Amino acid sequence: MSGHTHEEVNQHVKKYLFVFFSLIAGTIITVGASYIHFSNFKLTVALALFIALIKAFLVAAYFMHLISEKKMIYSILASTVFFFGGLMYLTIWSMEPASYPVGTVHIK
Amino acid sequence: MDIPYTTKPREDTGLYNAKLGIWLFLASEVMLFGALFSAYVLLRVGAGEGTWSHHLLNVPLGTLNTLVLISSSVTVVLAWAALQVGNFAKYRMLQGITILCAMIFVAIKSIEYHDKFTHYQILKKDGTYVDGHMVERTQEHVILDGFEAKELIEINQPVPGHHHEHTHITVPVSEIQKIGNYGPAHNTYTAIYFTLTGLHALHVIGGAFVIFYIWGPGAKMWKTDPERYINRVEISGLFWHFVDLVWIFLFPILYLL
Repeated sequence: MSGHTHEEVNQHVKKYLFVFFSLIAGTIITVGASYIHFSNFKLTVALALFIALIKAFLVAAYFMHLISEKKMIYSILASTVFFFGGLMYLTIWSMEPASYPVGTVHIK
Repeated sequence: MDIPYTTKPREDTGLYNAKLGIWLFLASEVMLFGALFSAYVLLRVGAGEGTWSHHLLNVPLGTLNTLVLISSSVTVVLAWAALQVGNFAKYRMLQGITILCAMIFVAIKSIEYHDKFTHYQILKKDGTYVDGHMVERTQEHVILDGFEAKELIEINQPVPGHHHEHTHITVPVSEIQKIGNYGPAHNTYTAIYFTLTGLHALHVIGGAFVIFYIWGPGAKMWKTDPERYINRVEISGLFWHFVDLVWIFLFPILYLL
């Protein structure tokens, strides 16, 4: 934003305020949604994470200016997403019963 | 000889040094918190039937803390925007609010931690439990303001809508098999709760100190090198937004699910 005019900065300020109110609304929706009892707990988790992801996107894209960042930053973050995604995938994969070798006795 | 590209962006990357540096650091922080989130998932899914604590945290306080952090996130970016148009007074005011919000967040967190450290659980020799806040503890007896339970699941996973009647319960020391507060050693849930929120709170405190330094003693640079000063405000702001991002995930995971 260095070297931008007052008018350009004002446009950005309007976006920041829009994101701020969206985040407030997202928080209220998240808390409200937590009182809905779905038959499947996975749905509750999915909904909570979905709303959190939208809020995170707004903070990253507009507050952190990622929406107009340079290619180098995107490359760094792409590798971060790869490794973070891999970490969470391995976490969930390790919980699956199928990951045990055939013949393993599962002692409870 | 000056270090190049402290304010002027490099021609190949289009970035000044600190911008690249902070994003590399934030990438490493994602893996740090990611590892702890992964630990949370494994601990939660692997927990035995009825052992994972629910409704232990104060949702209104957690929601308030979320709103405080979101507000500080917007003031940080508005402060930077104010500097962009040369309005130092407005930057000073907005960044001051950011620092105030940080202090409010830590204060609320301290209240929550204090609540946990004064909340006790007694396992009696007859196998029943007494759960509540400490009223009095002597060599002869312990008095808790809480309720009695036959099984742990009644405490960890209370029936929704059912509220335990709280009374002062006196337990002679001779009847106590085990007594402990809801600190990190209490159970797996409190262990990961204190680890996650404790590390996050340290980041809040560290970030607040940096923002405070740049806002206060470091503000002399606005007169000598304003462009570099704006960059410092931007970089510290990026760290602050990351701290907010982590909380955006921590809050629903720990308080609501």
